[in-house]
Amino acid sequence: MQFSERRKRVGSRPQAELYGQPLQFYGQPPLENISLTEFETFAVDRLKLLKTVENVGVSYLKGSPQYVKKLVAESKNLNFPYRLEANDDRKCQSGLSEPDKRRKDHISHFILRLAYCQTEDLRRWFIQQEVDLFRYRFNDLSPKQKLEFLHRNNLQYDTIGIEEKKALKDKLLNSSPGVSGITVEDQDFYKVPFQDALDLVRTRKVYLKAGYVYIPHQEIVTIVLNDFRTRLSKALALTARSLPAVHSDERLQPLLNHLSHAYVGQDYSIQKNVGKISLEQIDSLSGKSYPLCMRHLHQALRENHHLRHGGRMQYGLFLKGIGLSLEQALQFWRSEFIRGKVDADKFDKAYAYSIRHMFGKEGKRTDYTPYNCMKVILSNPPSQGDYHGCPFRHSDPELLKQKLQFYKVSPSGINQILELVKGMHYQLACQKYFELTHNIEDTTFSLNHPNQYFLESQKVFGGGRDLKREMDATQKAKENSVVKASNVKQELPTNGPENVAEMEDLDSIFQEP
Amino acid sequence: MPLSDYDPASLPDLLPLYYRRLFPFSQYYRWLNYGGVQKNYFQNREFSFTLKDDIYVRYQSFSSQIELEKEMQKMNPYKIDIGAIYSHRPNQHNTVKSGSFQALEKELVFDIDMTDYDDVRSCCSAADICSKCWTLMTIAIRILDRALREDFGFKHLLWVYSGRRGVHCWVCDEAARKLTVAARSAVAEYLSLIKGGEETMKKVVLMDPIHPFIRASLAVVNKYFLRYALQDQDILGQKESVEKVLALTELQQHFLNEKKPEKRWEMVLDQASRKRKEIMLQYCYPRLDVNVSKGVNHLLKSPFSVHPKTGRISVPIDIGNLDAFDPFAVPTISLDRPMEAEDEENAEETKENDKDAADRRKIRGDEV
Ligand code: SF4
Ligand SMILES: [Zn+2]
Repeated sequence: MQFSERRKRVGSRPQAELYGQPLQFYGQPPLENISLTEFETFAVDRLKLLKTVENVGVSYLKGSPQYVKKLVAESKNLNFPYRLEANDDRKCQSGLSEPDKRRKDHISHFILRLAYCQTEDLRRWFIQQEVDLFRYRFNDLSPKQKLEFLHRNNLQYDTIGIEEKKALKDKLLNSSPGVSGITVEDQDFYKVPFQDALDLVRTRKVYLKAGYVYIPHQEIVTIVLNDFRTRLSKALALTARSLPAVHSDERLQPLLNHLSHAYVGQDYSIQKNVGKISLEQIDSLSGKSYPLCMRHLHQALRENHHLRHGGRMQYGLFLKGIGLSLEQALQFWRSEFIRGKVDADKFDKAYAYSIRHMFGKEGKRTDYTPYNCMKVILSNPPSQGDYHGCPFRHSDPELLKQKLQFYKVSPSGINQILELVKGMHYQLACQKYFELTHNIEDTTFSLNHPNQYFLESQKVFGGGRDLKREMDATQKAKENSVVKASNVKQELPTNGPENVAEMEDLDSIFQEP
Repeated sequence: MPLSDYDPASLPDLLPLYYRRLFPFSQYYRWLNYGGVQKNYFQNREFSFTLKDDIYVRYQSFSSQIELEKEMQKMNPYKIDIGAIYSHRPNQHNTVKSGSFQALEKELVFDIDMTDYDDVRSCCSAADICSKCWTLMTIAIRILDRALREDFGFKHLLWVYSGRRGVHCWVCDEAARKLTVAARSAVAEYLSLIKGGEETMKKVVLMDPIHPFIRASLAVVNKYFLRYALQDQDILGQKESVEKVLALTELQQHFLNEKKPEKRWEMVLDQASRKRKEIMLQYCYPRLDVNVSKGVNHLLKSPFSVHPKTGRISVPIDIGNLDAFDPFAVPTISLDRPMEAEDEENAEETKENDKDAADRRKIRGDEV
């Protein structure tokens, strides 16, 4: 299916026809030719947008006013549609008309599909951000637009009859936040298998009976999102299969690779300083340079001579990231575990495997990367017996306070930290803690990784002016990954006519077989 | 009681007899074959064995009941775990192109372990259990069994005593076996009310309105709470445990922010009913290991496996007669019971079979 063979030239006013709707399901790939320059800008801008989606998702409650405000601002800034009801050709200051923005949205989405279909990890990240972005946009539509959207995309869901509604009234009321007694009867409830509304099931925001959930109309976004997610994940799998075609294109390949590497930021999995740290140093390092999450795990390990799986992963990978070799790691864990209930023999049988696994020496041989803050904060929350997680997120504020007092943080400092925690700015709270414990007024980095915390702390204690200069340099180098992505432009060859060549085969990659 | 009769050192002598004479192979195979509806369903199932000296062998698989029997009788595993149904035969996983060997399906499983209740039971700790704290397992089964059936619509549930300090649940419905990882974790989270690790004191926070699922769960706890918490555990008798309960009311904290006595009293009234519920749940609500339920490829100890430490057999629990279940009275592999004496042994066998027949029947229903 070559694009060039079935070039459906869109008419003289393509924008108006193609991009007449404020929101789309990305069912059709773009059919026009675009220049390489446009290709790059679009892709980089969308990546920035998705990074913002990810970041605000950690700092704010999804859908809260601040969350929406940030996304509106960023969309506006990057020339993406942001007020979806705006539906005219009026140009705003930035120079792009609404249809042009929609076009950019459309094309950039498909470009990133190319870059992000390559591995399981990339796909997961991309889908998550796109789903969040879609949710924000869908919620921004007027009720009428929502219905239109459902209609246009053939999204139909079963509703329940008045009798059933009456019979279930109490249950529906008690399980659907936002539905009041008066509205329950003249409101549509959709009945779908629980597998199609997992987010509502997970949070118990819906009535569940015999395997079906009853979703009030205002929550219909959940089912739509589920559809969106399913389709996108299928589409990515298909795109991945046609990847060899993309990889053989030497214009596209370097760009796509850069794009896909950009999302994680520094991943701290490459060990530069293996063996520079001795096991004897660890106790003192944990007091000085560990972020709270790791200090906490270290302490729990020393006290209990044991950590459960979640803790072993989080702490083990961190240790790997700060430079422990596999041999050191094995020795470290063994010597601690055998002081508890585990004897050396049992350790070698039951635990050594998973430590070698972390270093990519067993199983699938994937080299695991240390967890970043986002992962620690958002996934796998600690439960009974667990010490992992982020203390700013997962500790009772009262206990956190005690802990901070114990670590000799000043009362005013503690208040500042607790304020940030209250506002759900966990990483900022952690950064504040860094500043307070390192006697630094304003840190120049923005914290997103426990290993980054460690490195920054080591720099401070390393002192020395030369070191400082060096640090600034590395600091720049690993500045926000988005910046890295935007540098892509300079790294690509800028001469020669191929450069403006049109991307003709692009859509063939998206076609379903 | 049987427990004292059991000597772990005799296990190597007893296991061969157990696998030769007592292990219910035909029912076991019948269960895991699910009527042979799906091709290679049994053949692609992973089993893993723990052998003597903790030697752990993963990715065992068997082509038939006969082969399963032969292997088990040859290897005499100390412990048997059941894993997922894979895309290929697990014992050939090394020969398959990497990445294409994948876990496809498995029963939805739950693991409830008494050690997770250590902060709310005073009678025992860690791996120990007694009849007092066993009530927690009874409550857990009642709550989860109801929710899995009524809320999620599952029908084929197998509850099994783990052999030591907890219970497992195998949800065998076809729909359950096909759930994705995301769906499994959503189900597990729906069923989890206790949140937070060692750094969280208050582990249950209720929001208005209270969800029908929580109401139904509270109704179960209500039946047991007074006897269990106030009498058996005496949570309001000892100074230390009283303080714990008081802290959970959070009144002290609330009072700090409010000085007026009238307002304070309003708070007491306002909070009273909700706190009562939260405390009851924190003390009695089932504590699930979400990670066990989440993974398709997670292994779980098999029913009818022997617990090497206690010698107890992991037997199915009859839900119809749950309150009568006594973990200390389950069959134990034991020297004391003369294995040679044919008649006695047979008696034992029939008794066990009767007891489990009901549960097995449930599973068979799924095969159609
Ligand atoms: S913010 Fe990041 S580094 Fe700091 S404690 Fe939390 S997870 Fe650790
Ligand atoms: Zn007890």
